[in-house]
Amino acid sequence: MDLNIFWYLVPSVIMFAAGVYGFITRKNMIAMLISLELILNSADLNFVVFNRYLFPGSMEGMIFTLFAIAIAAAETAIAISIIINIYREVGNSDVASVKQMRF
Amino acid sequence: MDITLPILILAIPFLMFLILGIGGVKMSRKLAGVLGILGMGSVMTLSYVVALTYFFSGDAAFIVDGVRQQLQVFDVTWLAFTDRLVVNIGFLLDPISAMMLVVITTISFMVHLYSWGYMEHEPGFQRYYAFLSLFSFSMLGLVVATNIFQMYIFWELVGVSSYLLIGFFYKLPSAVSASKKAFIVTRFADLFMLIGILVLSWYVSQTPADGPLGGASAFNFMMLNSQPTNVLASTLGATFMGGSVLTWAMILIFVGGMGKSAMMPLHIWLPDAMEGPTPVSALIHAATMVVAGVYLVARFFPLYCIVPDSLTFITVVGAITAFYAAVVACAQIDIKRVLAFSTISQIAFMMVSLGCAYNEPVEGVHYSGLGYMASMFHLFTHAMFKALLFLGAGALIHAVHSNNYTSMGGLRKYMPITHWTFLIGCLAIAGIPPFSGFFSKDEMLAAMFSRHWFWGAWMTMVAGLTAFYMFRLYYLIFWWEENPEYKNGHKPHDAPWQMSLPLIILAAVSCVAGFIPFGELVTFNGEPYHIHIEAPVAATSITVAVLAIALATVMYRKKNSMPEKMKNIWPGLWTAANRRFYWDEMYQWVTHTVIFGCICRGIAWFDRHIIDGTMDGLAAVTQFCSVKIKGMQSGSVQTYVAWYLLGAILLGAITWICIL
Repeated sequence: MDLNIFWYLVPSVIMFAAGVYGFITRKNMIAMLISLELILNSADLNFVVFNRYLFPGSMEGMIFTLFAIAIAAAETAIAISIIINIYREVGNSDVASVKQMRF
Repeated sequence: MDITLPILILAIPFLMFLILGIGGVKMSRKLAGVLGILGMGSVMTLSYVVALTYFFSGDAAFIVDGVRQQLQVFDVTWLAFTDRLVVNIGFLLDPISAMMLVVITTISFMVHLYSWGYMEHEPGFQRYYAFLSLFSFSMLGLVVATNIFQMYIFWELVGVSSYLLIGFFYKLPSAVSASKKAFIVTRFADLFMLIGILVLSWYVSQTPADGPLGGASAFNFMMLNSQPTNVLASTLGATFMGGSVLTWAMILIFVGGMGKSAMMPLHIWLPDAMEGPTPVSALIHAATMVVAGVYLVARFFPLYCIVPDSLTFITVVGAITAFYAAVVACAQIDIKRVLAFSTISQIAFMMVSLGCAYNEPVEGVHYSGLGYMASMFHLFTHAMFKALLFLGAGALIHAVHSNNYTSMGGLRKYMPITHWTFLIGCLAIAGIPPFSGFFSKDEMLAAMFSRHWFWGAWMTMVAGLTAFYMFRLYYLIFWWEENPEYKNGHKPHDAPWQMSLPLIILAAVSCVAGFIPFGELVTFNGEPYHIHIEAPVAATSITVAVLAIALATVMYRKKNSMPEKMKNIWPGLWTAANRRFYWDEMYQWVTHTVIFGCICRGIAWFDRHIIDGTMDGLAAVTQFCSVKIKGMQSGSVQTYVAWYLLGAILLGAITWICIL
């Protein structure tokens, strides 16, 4: 059986859909953050796969993915620190308890 | 001529304005005063050098075969909008501008010196000197303008400096409203002047761009004045309400001069302008700025001559104004107002003289140089003796602390210098030989008689009124009955030397200025005009002046009941004259009742309900919508993402459908 591009893209789509579903439905902010990571990883996977199959001679997609992973790690750190601050303020990590940022 | 001196003449006052205006707050009063006086003194010296070189050096650039030449010392392109609309800045030297350089810098220097004593204790002393420098710069730029636009720019600048100086005591509501009145009235007149300039240059610039009047030449005084027939030809065929377009353009330009020179019916600002410091009244509202209108007509004289209807208009306006102002001056109590109306009357004299400087055409166009020369002569002598009178009035006000002659009287014993110099000024303005006013007034009256006997007779009557009201003022200030307050306590005394010295100098000039061979120096075409005293005219005017002075002596020398009796013969007339024949009330009625009440009310309604209503409506709709949709910003992050996802899917679907 030949491993063509769809064998990589279908898991990526599944990861993306699962991430979006999780981001919308989960109430816990940590869980939302994990969903967000899924979405990011699916995008990274796409970069690598398209680079490998469409432009086999070049490395830009791979390098870009490495950058994206590094930046995602930094984002996660910021997100965690925001969540910790919210926890200290309201006593839980439920996204529904953050109601101040509205009209 | 080397361009260094002309540039310095304009640059020094401007730099002085910048230095005193910006650095004045850091300076002591003494430093600011000395700087201002030294600056103006150097400008005066340079102007004298330029004027004396121009008149007496005999250089071929200035005089050819006894004819004085007009020359542009420099004339550089400043703004070139199109090949037809080009604005130049330059320095025009001809007899009248050289004469004006002398007049402006002399009076300005005297006023700078005088103000050192007069304004000594006023707050804002440095600011005052900065404004004086600005005014001197603007006025010098005006008289040396080479083209209409440069003149117009400096014309507005003198208006601004006049506004700033009238409102110098900005804490007094009366000074503030007087400065606004002066600015608005003169600016209103300048609107007509601008229209006149535009009409004139529109028609003139229709000639070919490379022709004699193409490009920048369409605005240049020398080009316009040297070919009046071409200018007339370029406007031929176009008429408006029965007058040729050139006539209308010249009359409209003259209306600007009417505003600046306070001719009726635009005279209302000048009496109120006396709210400013008295030296300012002497400089701006007696000697220099208010004669700008006369200078304007003189500058455009060849164009006025080719459309004699405009000269007739000038004559009529001047004659009415001269009489009106002289009558009003007889019934004023404030001594500065008497002098203000006297100024209006004398400027009107110059206007009439210019208007009469044209004779019925004998062969084509025929000028009578006498009226022009006499008008300029009177401009010169009047500047000197009227500045003297105003500065004398300033010394009186300084001593008595009141503007009204009712708190003066019998001052001759206390202020001998002021008394004698004021008397010389009065004799000069009344036209008693050998003082300067006699010579210039005699020439003007001769010019008027040569035009038509009516103008001569009318203006001789005004000259008699002039002598009467000036000596009425003189006697009421210095004779009449001594104010009892002088005996106990406050004794008025002569002013300090900074104020007395200009009085003495100007009085000396007023004594001898009449003997200047003015006809050899300043004429409309540069050719010398040989002045000769016309015996019948001179005899008549002297007789009238002496009779008027005698009447004033009888009535006002000692306190008596005669003036009161005369006033009570027809009290309405006296009140009307005292209230300036209700011109201010008429303007008040027209502006408030007619313009504000009727026209502006509709416009205000339109503004409030239509313009503001549209804007308010926009704001209300926006607010309504935002209140309705603000619930969408719920603060729930997951809702946002759900909506975002929905939108993304929809966009994706639409794109998908479109591609397929």
